[in-house]
Amino acid sequence: MVNSEKLLSVKDITKVFSIGGLLTGTRLTAVNEVYFEMGSANPEIFTLAGESGSGKTTLARLILHDIELTHGSIFYRGTDVTRIKNRKERMGFMQRVQPIFQNPFETFNPLKRVDTYLYATAVNYGIAKSGESTDGVVDDALRSVGLSLQEVQGRYPHELSGGQLQRVSVARALIPRPSLLIADEPVSMVDASLRMSIVNLFKELKETSGVSIIYITHDLATAYYISDRIAIMLRGNFVEMGPVEKVLSEPLHPYTKILKESVPKPVLGEKWKDKIELSTLEAKEFARVGCKFAGRCPSVMDICKKEDPKNFLVDERTVKCHLYAKQFKNSIL
Amino acid sequence: MISTIKNLYEHDRRFRFAFIVIIGIIIFSSLSFFSPYDPSSSYDVPSDQPPSIKYFFGTSSRGQDILWKMTFAIRNSLLFGISTALLSRIISILVGLTAGYKGGIGDRILMSINDSFIVIPMLPLLILFNFIFQEKMNLFLLSLIMACLGWAWDARLIRSQVLSLKEREFTRTAVYSGMKSLPITLKEHLPFVMPIVFATMINNMLWSMGLEVSLAVLGLSDTDTPTIGTTIYWANQHQALVAGVWWWIAAPIVISTFLFVGLYLLFASLNQYIDPRTRLLRIGG
Amino acid sequence: MGILKVEDLKAYYMTDVYGIKRTVRAVDGVSIEINENEIFGIAGESSCGKTTLMKVLSGAVKSPLTVVGGKALYSFGDGSLDILSLQEDELRKIRWKSISCILQGSMSVLNPVRRIYKTFRDFVEAHQKIEKKRDFMRRMRDHLGELGLPREVLKAYPHHLSGGMKQRVTIALATIFKPNVIIADEPTTALDVIVQRGVLQLLREIQKEQKNTIILVTHDMAVHANIADRIAIMYAGRIVEEAKASDIFENSLHPYTQHLIDSLPMIGDKSHRISIPGAPPNLADPPNGCGFHPRCSSVMGICREEVPPLIEVGDRHRVACFLVSKESGDGK
Repeated sequence: MVNSEKLLSVKDITKVFSIGGLLTGTRLTAVNEVYFEMGSANPEIFTLAGESGSGKTTLARLILHDIELTHGSIFYRGTDVTRIKNRKERMGFMQRVQPIFQNPFETFNPLKRVDTYLYATAVNYGIAKSGESTDGVVDDALRSVGLSLQEVQGRYPHELSGGQLQRVSVARALIPRPSLLIADEPVSMVDASLRMSIVNLFKELKETSGVSIIYITHDLATAYYISDRIAIMLRGNFVEMGPVEKVLSEPLHPYTKILKESVPKPVLGEKWKDKIELSTLEAKEFARVGCKFAGRCPSVMDICKKEDPKNFLVDERTVKCHLYAKQFKNSIL
Repeated sequence: MISTIKNLYEHDRRFRFAFIVIIGIIIFSSLSFFSPYDPSSSYDVPSDQPPSIKYFFGTSSRGQDILWKMTFAIRNSLLFGISTALLSRIISILVGLTAGYKGGIGDRILMSINDSFIVIPMLPLLILFNFIFQEKMNLFLLSLIMACLGWAWDARLIRSQVLSLKEREFTRTAVYSGMKSLPITLKEHLPFVMPIVFATMINNMLWSMGLEVSLAVLGLSDTDTPTIGTTIYWANQHQALVAGVWWWIAAPIVISTFLFVGLYLLFASLNQYIDPRTRLLRIGG
Repeated sequence: MGILKVEDLKAYYMTDVYGIKRTVRAVDGVSIEINENEIFGIAGESSCGKTTLMKVLSGAVKSPLTVVGGKALYSFGDGSLDILSLQEDELRKIRWKSISCILQGSMSVLNPVRRIYKTFRDFVEAHQKIEKKRDFMRRMRDHLGELGLPREVLKAYPHHLSGGMKQRVTIALATIFKPNVIIADEPTTALDVIVQRGVLQLLREIQKEQKNTIILVTHDMAVHANIADRIAIMYAGRIVEEAKASDIFENSLHPYTQHLIDSLPMIGDKSHRISIPGAPPNLADPPNGCGFHPRCSSVMGICREEVPPLIEVGDRHRVACFLVSKESGDGK
């Protein structure tokens, strides 16, 4: 039987923040008409990549329903996420969709032992019934991330390393058996040399436990390593989205190209050659009319400064760039 | 608990001093249960006797042995301070936690009430209550009234602490672990709030006992019950200093000075110990 | 020409709280020599002691940090400077003039309630009198221009600027007096990838033009690959390998160095990678012998007992590893 129900369907969602007073304030469009879907047949790792101010964290919070949409719709397995009001529905949703946060040392209360959260999750979602089986549930979850109850029991956050804490955070998120994990920069606060253990863990979770993951990062190297699809975000817009092999090996959007080139490689002899133009004030770029990248795009054209480009379907991905307008006029999304 | 006290005793000089003083005063006040004299009786012993071996603190102009009188006075003052502090802590924690966690309209209503209480001038109000209740005024009633007046400042402190804790990531983790609002406030936030509660409790004790002394000296407290304040009141009524019966005034003043200083040092050292920052160092962080 | 010579430097954090004594051996016998006109990288995981080392080398030693032994001598042409023995007023004279610091999140060096040009003025006035205001403003604009920063920055407040812009302004501040040594501790760690590139390119250019020394500390080997001339790898408070950048990347000898580089993914390469097993050591209770032995796949008996000495094995290539020094001793 074909499961036509999508795991996650995000349609044209927009989030506008008002900063400042009613009369004098400005509006900031943090997320602009974002559209993507994740299927439920096969688990996948979908990366949201972008720099600070790109809107990726806001998008994550919208999907988790921590904040309200301005317009658009989000459906999880056919249920409208924005209509979840009462506690029972909310618990049901949280059981299926769990977050992993960026800073492992802030994820847990420094005055509490970390295992308390694991036990709480096991009990509150009804995964463990009695006192004894709770230990078993928690131990299983810890083992699936490469730790054990023995190592973690009774420990305070400062007694564990950042990498270990992040793994405990993943274990906690796995206890209710979610279908979707939303990991917001899970390795950016972990040393570069220790990231692989967490990143490999995500890969394994997808392959053996069937969990889909939305992986949010600004590190394209780890994104390339584990994602199936990737979306590059700039000032609230998806500028390029598609299979990771295509997007990162043969980038089409000028921003993706610069982003990819700027990733430092741990190999000698590949130093950057061109000088890079850095934007001055973020607020200016957000307020731009037309394409948000026009201010620093090496291939900028006149139309870019006037009109916001549409999404064009090019070579298995969508690109939001006027450069592709003429050739692919008929493939407009 | 015992190990905490031991730890502090060994390493904090202030605590050591305060601990000895407070324990001494508590033992002293518990002697009241063995007093050979009834606290409100008078003319049991010869009046106006200076301190001697027989009458350690001397005797008052009403023929009372000041030593035994003081045991009651200290006991009542301590109980008064503790009950006022406890009652007002309960109110300030409830108000502060609720306002901080709920936010929105509930928070604003609570804070308006709160701020009204902060600006009320207490002394005139207490004098007013005294006139209303007159003979029915007893120590417990006074304690209740003061508790209802003394919570507002600290409630605000607690609320701002909770507000900042709400924004921290571990609060979100608790939400996603399925915890409800009340358990989150109690298990996640309260440990951070406790140092404030503790510090303000002792502070409140000092405030209420001090205010009671002021009221009593003016004759506005329950003058039949012996407390530090009423002892001074009666001494003044009998013009003790003029009559040369200095020990009647000296006894309550000296003992209460020790008590207040001891309480203050206790608060300072315990507060530092409980503070989350030093607590981390202690656990080994 | 050497500009900094460090000999067997030891600096520990010693705390005594309620009877619990802890000694964190953050820098535990470090000896390095850094030259003029080079970018010297120091790499290592967090809590390996590299930030403490920078604190000591920049004269920012505050209790509970104590220098327990060793020497650190700067040579600025006109004689040598023992940074460990300088008093506060002498330190103030050389700060920003001879030795500058760019730290992670050092945007906090910028006063949030003062416009940028005023902060610049405060800095300059602390070291020399400003004669004419107009000349000063021109000098500032020229300096910013050299660094590719737009002049609007001067009139702005720090909160108007993005993280990357603030960091570049901090670099501008750090280089006003053309210091001999710039110490940069994780200068790009919190920054976006494109901004990081801009900042690193800026540092490279400054070094090329002023021919000074930059000591760059970061855990990211990819950053070192892009700008360092020589690199020292630090672990558990000690230097375990030190060589030219080319030797570190193509010819490394210490197992830890190899792990550090192999654990980094690259675009275009989906081959399986692993990070170093285990966790960095607790410097309050460091392992005996070689600090790396609990996580080393080639550990031998002697590694557990003795600290391997840092010996020279090639052209300015030093390693501290018993595998290399051929002192096999008792074997496995």
